[in-house]
Amino acid sequence: MITKYEIIETMKMIQEENLDVRTITMGISLRDCCHSDGNLFTNNIYDKICRYAENLVKTGRAIEKEFGIPIINKRISVTPISIVAEACSNYDYTKIALAMERAADNVGVNFIGGYSALVHKGYTNGDKRLIESIPEALSMTSKVCSSVNVATTKSGINMDAVRHMGKVIKAAALRTADNGGMACAKLVVFANVPEDNPFMAGAFHGIGEPECVINVGVSGPGAVHSALKKMGNADFGLMSETIKKTAFKITRMGQLVAQEASKRLNVPFGIVDLSLAPTPAIGDSVAHILEEMGLEKCGTHGTTAALALLNDAVKKGGVMASSYVGGLSGAFIPVSEDAGMIDAVKCGALSLDKLEAMTCVCSVGLDMIVVPGETSEETIAAIIADEMAIGVVNSKTTAVRIIPAPHKKVGDVVEFGGLLGSGPVMPVNQYESRVFVNRGGRIPAPLHSLKN
Amino acid sequence: MRAVITVIGSDQIGIIAEISNILAKNRVNIMDISQTIMQDIFTMIMMVDITELNTDYSKLSELLELKGREMGLSVTIQREDIFSAMHRI
Repeated sequence: MITKYEIIETMKMIQEENLDVRTITMGISLRDCCHSDGNLFTNNIYDKICRYAENLVKTGRAIEKEFGIPIINKRISVTPISIVAEACSNYDYTKIALAMERAADNVGVNFIGGYSALVHKGYTNGDKRLIESIPEALSMTSKVCSSVNVATTKSGINMDAVRHMGKVIKAAALRTADNGGMACAKLVVFANVPEDNPFMAGAFHGIGEPECVINVGVSGPGAVHSALKKMGNADFGLMSETIKKTAFKITRMGQLVAQEASKRLNVPFGIVDLSLAPTPAIGDSVAHILEEMGLEKCGTHGTTAALALLNDAVKKGGVMASSYVGGLSGAFIPVSEDAGMIDAVKCGALSLDKLEAMTCVCSVGLDMIVVPGETSEETIAAIIADEMAIGVVNSKTTAVRIIPAPHKKVGDVVEFGGLLGSGPVMPVNQYESRVFVNRGGRIPAPLHSLKN
Repeated sequence: MRAVITVIGSDQIGIIAEISNILAKNRVNIMDISQTIMQDIFTMIMMVDITELNTDYSKLSELLELKGREMGLSVTIQREDIFSAMHRI
C-alpha cells in the first residue's frame, strides 16, 4: 500500500510546487477535408474538429477532478494547413484561420495549432500563400497558432524561407502593435520540427500521424527545484540522480493522464512530452533550478553546463516513466514565461547570446524573446539563421519565437498576460547582417562524419 | 477501485465523524485512516474503497469539498492510481 509520506509528497508537489499536466493535445488529421471549393473546405475542417474534439475539454476536466491533478490546457493540433488547403488555390487563407478559431471556441480549447507549413527544402504555391497570410491570420484570431519549419539536418537551411520569416514576423508584430506584437507569440520558426509536439505555439499534427491521437505535455520545474533545494550541497552525480527521480514521478503522472484520456475519448495515445515548462508563477521557473545549482544568476558563466545537466537528467528520468516519449522533451527556456529568466534579463545577467548558447543543450530554442521594435527584418532573419544552424548541425530541434515589439526600446517590459507572461526588451547586435541573409538559396545539409 | 482522501487544516472535534458520515451515506468503505500533526497542521489520510459508490465520483468530491469549506479544512479525494503511478515501478 502507498505510504502516507508518498501521499504527502505528491500533495505537496501539486499544491505547493505547481506540479501540473501542462496540456492534453488532441491531434486531428484534416487530410480528408480537402476540397477545391474553399468554403466547403473550411466547413469540412470546422465540422471535423468540432466532431472529434467534442468531449476533449469535458474529459480533461473529469480526469482533473478524479485524480486531483490540474490540467492547465486542452488543445488541438491539426494537419499543416498549407498541405490541406493546397487544392483551393484562389481562396483567402485567413478564412481558414477564422474557421479554426470558431472550432476552437466551440469545443472550448485554449489553443489550436497547425496554421503551418513545412518548407525546409522549398515552397509549394500553397506554402507561399499560407506563409504570406500568417500576419493577418494571427492578428485576426486569438487561439490559432502557426509554425513554419525552415530547416532540417537532412536538407539544410532554406535561407529564402528564413529571410521571408523575418519579414513575416515584423509584419505580424506591426499588425498587433497595440498588444506589444502579440501575434508573434503564436508563431514559431523551426529546424527539425517534431510532428507530435503537444506544446504551443509549435504544435501540428504531422503527416506520419494517425487519424486522431492524444499527446500529453507535462511540466514541473517547481518540483525539481524543491527537490534540489532539499539536497543542499550535493555533488553533480547526486544532483543528476535527484532530477531523474523527480522527472520520473512527473512523467508517470503524465503517462497516467494520457492513458486515461486516450481510453475515455477512444482515441489512441501518442506520446508524453517530458518537458520542464515554466510559467510566470513564482516557484515554477527553470532559471531558478539553475540558480539552485549554485549560479548567482541565470545567464552567468556555468549556465550552459547546468542546463545541459538538467536537460539530460530530465530525459533520463522521464524516458523510463513513459512507454512512448516524443515531442520536444527537455527543458524549455522561454524568457517571458519564466520569472527567473525575466529577472536575469532585467539585471543584465542573461543576454541573447547566452540564450543562444543555452539552446545548444536544451529543447526548443530562442523562445519568447522580446527585441526592440526597430529591429530590422534582416536582423530577425539572421537571428533565425543562427538558431537553425544550431539545430541542423547538432541534429536537434531548435526554434525561434521572437517578438519585435513595436515602439518598444531596450529596458521596456511588454505584458502578454496569462501563461505568456511579460517580456523585458532585450538588445540585439547593432551591426548589419543584411547582405548575408539576402544572398538567397539554401545552406546545404551538414556532413555527418569527421565529427570534431 | 480505491481512492485517497486527504484532510488538511486545523485540528478540531468531529473531523473523522463528519467525513465518515458522508462516506457511509454514499457507500464508501474506509480501509485505513492515519492522522498526524505535521508542522502544526492537522493532516489526515484515508484510504477508501469506492467500488460500491452510489453516487457520481464528482458529486462525492463536491460533498467532501463543501464539508471541508464548512469546517475550514481542505478536503480532497483522488484516485489511488495517481499515487501508485508516481511512487511504484
